[in-house]
Amino acid sequence: MPQRILLGDEAVALGAVHAGITAAYGYPGTPSTEILEYLQSYRESHNGPIASWCANEKTAYEAALGTCFAGRRALVTMKHVGLNVAADAFINSALVHTHGGLVLAVADDPGMHSSQNEQDSRWYADLARVPCLEPATQQEAYDMTREAFELSERFGVPVVLRLVTRLCHSRTAITVGPAREPNPIRRASNRNSWILLPANARRQWRELLARQPDIARWSDASPWNTLHRNEHRTDLGVITTGIARNYLRENLDGLGWLPSHLHVGAYPAPPHLLRELCAHVQRVLVLEDGQPFIERQLRGLFPPSVQVMGRMSGEVPETGELTPDIVRMALKLELRPAMKLDGLVLPNRPPQLCQGCPHTHAYHALQAALVGYDEPMVTADIGCYTLGALAPLQTIESCVCMGASIGMARGAAEAGVHPVVAVIGDSTFVHSGITALADAAAANADMTLLILDNATVGMTGAQDTVLPQSRLTDVIRALGVSEAQCVVVDAHPRKVHENATVLRRAIEHHGLSVVIARRECKVAAKRRQRAAASEAAASAPATNAAQEVAS
Amino acid sequence: MKYDILFAGVGGQGVLSMAAIIGRAAIAHGLQAKQSEVHGMAQRGGAVQAHLRLSDRTIASDLIGHGMAELILSLEPLEGLRYLEYLSPRGALVTAAEAFANIPDYPELGTLHARVRALPRGVLVEAERLASEAGDAQMVNTVMVGAASAFLPMDAVHLEAAVRENFARKGEGVVGLNLAAFRAGRAAASGLEPAAPSRP
Repeated sequence: MPQRILLGDEAVALGAVHAGITAAYGYPGTPSTEILEYLQSYRESHNGPIASWCANEKTAYEAALGTCFAGRRALVTMKHVGLNVAADAFINSALVHTHGGLVLAVADDPGMHSSQNEQDSRWYADLARVPCLEPATQQEAYDMTREAFELSERFGVPVVLRLVTRLCHSRTAITVGPAREPNPIRRASNRNSWILLPANARRQWRELLARQPDIARWSDASPWNTLHRNEHRTDLGVITTGIARNYLRENLDGLGWLPSHLHVGAYPAPPHLLRELCAHVQRVLVLEDGQPFIERQLRGLFPPSVQVMGRMSGEVPETGELTPDIVRMALKLELRPAMKLDGLVLPNRPPQLCQGCPHTHAYHALQAALVGYDEPMVTADIGCYTLGALAPLQTIESCVCMGASIGMARGAAEAGVHPVVAVIGDSTFVHSGITALADAAAANADMTLLILDNATVGMTGAQDTVLPQSRLTDVIRALGVSEAQCVVVDAHPRKVHENATVLRRAIEHHGLSVVIARRECKVAAKRRQRAAASEAAASAPATNAAQEVAS
Repeated sequence: MKYDILFAGVGGQGVLSMAAIIGRAAIAHGLQAKQSEVHGMAQRGGAVQAHLRLSDRTIASDLIGHGMAELILSLEPLEGLRYLEYLSPRGALVTAAEAFANIPDYPELGTLHARVRALPRGVLVEAERLASEAGDAQMVNTVMVGAASAFLPMDAVHLEAAVRENFARKGEGVVGLNLAAFRAGRAAASGLEPAAPSRP
């Protein structure tokens, strides 16, 4: 069997290709982005399945659902908070009978390395009553992705593949299998199962619930859920989920014995295996890289029959990602001896905008435009420009969720604050800002919207945006913003003063105004130039290429 | 056999490409490897680390634990010291001597250098100077891979082959420059163990 060295994200992507998907859709978000990036380069080199960035996670999910409605297999990718955006589509899609496999690969970020919360997507799978697979290794990421499509078609529901940062962004050798042929187009045999009118929805919901015992039996029998019983010792049992198993194994040498151990990689959590473990031991330690999902089920409302230890009782910290050392301490082992930095306190080095980033120039203009106001308010959004919250810029005051800057600015303006400026990037604007701007335009809210248009999705590594730069003003005008109040400026460092004047005029306008500060992201520009150069090199005489191969 | 390496630096310096070269060489050497990387927000000029775990057996954790690293390889002295608690008492810290000072409260460089020299196996490499002398100041990370080669449990020929492969698509000229940078780094770190700085 061939071996490949792949990131966890890339293993998911290749697993989906080999499972016979015809399409993948997603919205960039760390740590999920590399799944679709891999599929896009695979498409270029292998004429592979469609791999497309979408306006947001909900539209991506719906496109994947449509593929599946046509009987073919589709993958949809996003980060954990993206599933909040796609939740309407996701939870309702569990009620329709999906006959083409549909897999949602959702990457959680315990520890919030690049996120505003650490919500655990296993709750969502539970809410929708669909199976969920959680790989512990990059090999499992590949194998589980393939199996997830089989399960989706077997149970007629979307299947969740729950990933975490450390699995997504770690690279190792994996063994891959033969590719399966894609499904032919096949329409749903019972169309009423896709029309969720209340009468149909009630039937579909009952049918989904009726499938739950089968799904639970599958989970108890799944090879991803394994129980090892230590017949000699009953003082401790350990439950691990996903990558927590790796950290347990890393510390078994120190422990010197192998406690009874239930590993869970397939959900719903296997009821019989959980009961069997808990009947066998007096205490059970629950190790999950994420929220206490299984731990909370074990505790319930009434005193459990075993002592449960984990995040809720303090053996594992209540927040943050797991590490080998946190698991070591939960097992009551001493940390290994290490070097120390006695007495020297090192300063942090937070991320910052790139040298010469156009956002910096736009922020300087905004700062100048706000001079003289006592209490200006600047709401902002999610992207590289969120770093405008940190020194030395310290210009923005909020970052909550995609698109919130605009809705919050409208609310604050109507509460009586003046001036209020909302700052949002072009991709975030298309993701979730357009609808909020429609509201603000309808109400003619007394606020200013500053769109930082760098023509890319910057923070996640410069992916293409859905809306070309040239059409942005058309969209804004169509929402009801007048021509006079929709101004485009160049976010050039030498135009800070000029742009401040434009912004000041917009702020002084009584009602809604929009300023677009336009200049290409430096990372994206560099990438574009590099791609152009390598294209030029590729079209050079063939003898050069031959020489390079020979050398 | 087990050998854990922690790579450190600032986003944009080339931490991941150092890890990629050494990982490639380790696999050619017949070792198993797991390489954990930082993507996303931290890559924008912030502190960046990568973990590379090598073994002749199955590797469980993607992350290195406290006191497990045999080597910290850093592109910058502050970042190398930041992860000292990951270093085994018998491990080596090999770091570029030059500061990347993009923060206002960057410590006094002499203090950082003294801390590195005080370690049982601390090595400072004037990587920027060596890279410039080898032909391109951008090759600091290749110099540091060369410096690390004096410590790594694999033959320098595997590492040179990995450098070659890593830069092959940029043409033979770039490959040659990087091999020179690699050798300069290797020469600077060889014979310096323990605890002799490359600066007099």
